[in-house]
Amino acid sequence: MKDYWCQRVKPTIVCTMADVRDSSPWRATALVAVALAFCAAAACERRPGAAGDSGGDVVIGMYGSLTGDGASFGISSREGTELAVAEINAAGGVLGGRKFRLLVEDDQSKPEEASNAVTKLITQDRVVAVLGEVASRRSLAAAPIAQKFQIPMISPASTNERVTAVGDYIFRVCFIDPFQGEVLAKFAYNDLKVRKVAILRDIQQDYSVGLTDSVARNFKALGGQVLEPVSYSTGDADFKAILTKVRSERPDAIFATGYYSEAAIITRQARELGMKMPMLGGDGWVGDALKNGREALNNTFISNHYSGDNPDPIVQGFVSAYRVKFGREPDAIAALAYDSVKVLTDALNRAKTTEGPKLRDALAATDLPGVTGRLKMNAQRNVDKPAVIQEVTYANGDVKFVYKTTINPG
Amino acid sequence: MDTFLQQLINGLSLGAIYALIALGYTMVYGVLRLINFAHGDVYMLGAFAGYFLANALNLDANPSVVGAIAVTMGAMAACALIGIVIERFAYRPVRHHSRLTSLITAIGVSLLLEYGGQVVFGATPRFFPQMIRSEIYTLGGVQITNQNLLIIVVAVVLMFALEYIVHRTRIGKAMRATSFNLSVAKLMGINTDLVIAFTFALGSALAAVGGVMVALAIPRIDPLMGLMTGLKAFVAAVLGGIGNIPGAMIGGVLIGLMETWLGATAYSTYRDAVAFGVLILILLFRPAGIMGSSVTEKV
Repeated sequence: MKDYWCQRVKPTIVCTMADVRDSSPWRATALVAVALAFCAAAACERRPGAAGDSGGDVVIGMYGSLTGDGASFGISSREGTELAVAEINAAGGVLGGRKFRLLVEDDQSKPEEASNAVTKLITQDRVVAVLGEVASRRSLAAAPIAQKFQIPMISPASTNERVTAVGDYIFRVCFIDPFQGEVLAKFAYNDLKVRKVAILRDIQQDYSVGLTDSVARNFKALGGQVLEPVSYSTGDADFKAILTKVRSERPDAIFATGYYSEAAIITRQARELGMKMPMLGGDGWVGDALKNGREALNNTFISNHYSGDNPDPIVQGFVSAYRVKFGREPDAIAALAYDSVKVLTDALNRAKTTEGPKLRDALAATDLPGVTGRLKMNAQRNVDKPAVIQEVTYANGDVKFVYKTTINPG
Repeated sequence: MDTFLQQLINGLSLGAIYALIALGYTMVYGVLRLINFAHGDVYMLGAFAGYFLANALNLDANPSVVGAIAVTMGAMAACALIGIVIERFAYRPVRHHSRLTSLITAIGVSLLLEYGGQVVFGATPRFFPQMIRSEIYTLGGVQITNQNLLIIVVAVVLMFALEYIVHRTRIGKAMRATSFNLSVAKLMGINTDLVIAFTFALGSALAAVGGVMVALAIPRIDPLMGLMTGLKAFVAAVLGGIGNIPGAMIGGVLIGLMETWLGATAYSTYRDAVAFGVLILILLFRPAGIMGSSVTEKV
């Protein structure tokens, strides 16, 4: 049987290869194809900072995780962005009457796709600015590209410290993890009065690793005890082994610093192991799939960027406009994405041009009120904003974030 | 001590999942000498079939055991059909070619289901409805949920059922005959095409049970969920001795225990490597697996 198969196949392949080698027309075609490919690549090459602006619509790009593990982030940020773009276009646009044209790219929750998406937006679609990502790992993957082409990038919600350190074209409109970790540690120590905590971190996510370090450092500084962090990977579904290990060390509270999909399963499996202590997470818990944690979510707390309960008219205006357009309550990610468009619009109007370097300078001088608080760029291209602590509750198939307290920076 | 027993239970529940899927691998291999790499993806389709059925019956709002059984049956039927279709259109046309051809076809089918699944269902994970109200039993410091208990019980019951079918029924005898020598079985008047189709239907139905059970305990399902779990179940089948039904069970439980044990150490992120390390060791030192006997290959 085996011999028969080889005999039948082998000669075919050999003869095909021989054909290929001898036929010069084929070779010519191949050369032409390769040459064409190079030309195409050259045509895509874009000089850093050159906007190639010829009037007309102002093209802006957004990349996000519209599908995959982080889909809730992508969808919320797209909706927040779309709402802001629609409002600005309805109110007369930017740069004296020009309209925004928003292009959205899906990175499938993968860092390598995030780089591809930003490369495409900048080199092919020639956007004047890039908005995104939410997950720090994907922002870190794409930021060097925006920096290289001198196209400003504004991340709505990547809190890892290193994101804006990539270069002077990278901005964000949210607080950073050293502050978020401090807020969580203070709340756990002062309000929940816990003294010994365990931390579960997602070793694949820069966000989770950074937030873990910050929580541990701040909690120790307050005088608390922090157990050695235990690690898992994005996409894991069985946490019982690590949770059983954590249980044997009897912590008063558990931090899960990863994203919402895993957080839902972690809380659930912890409760299944009889672990009733409070659990805490960062803004990465804000995602639709968190509701998968069901009743296990009771007695959990998160730090967040904004609270939809805030009576401030700017917040309520946003909440009601969002509700009308998308038929649901906006989450913090949507609010931050909305703010990122407002920041970009303000900077474009002050720069009076779409050129990268001038727009960058205008962005660095940003100071305006936003839905998520005052948006004042500091020297590190971050904004110093207060954080809110919310209690997560689950009732009737829905997750609610109940406002507990606000903690100011400094 | 509590911690040790708890980890044992954790490992058993995880291992039972691998065992459920390994049963299907091992049965198809036993009959056809084909490693059906698409089996893990049929398991995924089983979970999705269960998801759509449970939502259609609105079981999330009113959980019921009867509903859960109906959903499992429905998913089994759907997957049995899918198994037959895969066999008819992917494997049967290449059955008389070399074994490598079938293997590569199997990988092709697996990729088709994974990425076809992403097109049809989307890549975003979905939450499996809670068909049975979750309950936690405590026995002296050791916790187990009713869902995990169910997985272990179902795996054991199915293993015995499968043993019974293969060794005590008429169709089982035909399966063994086909496995022994396909052409001679055909000459003896056995409708081997039917037997093989039945084998696939049965294996795929088992995968569907696995999909629904696992989705009950770990309610996140996505089109790529069968990839890693399927590979680990395959290793479990090899570890137990591929083609051997109790072996698949033992292999699955061993892999589950080893993973849990590693998860409890500082090397928790290497747990996916356990199965593949085991595969390498098994192939080096005991290729026939724990329960398998080495058979001289007919040339």
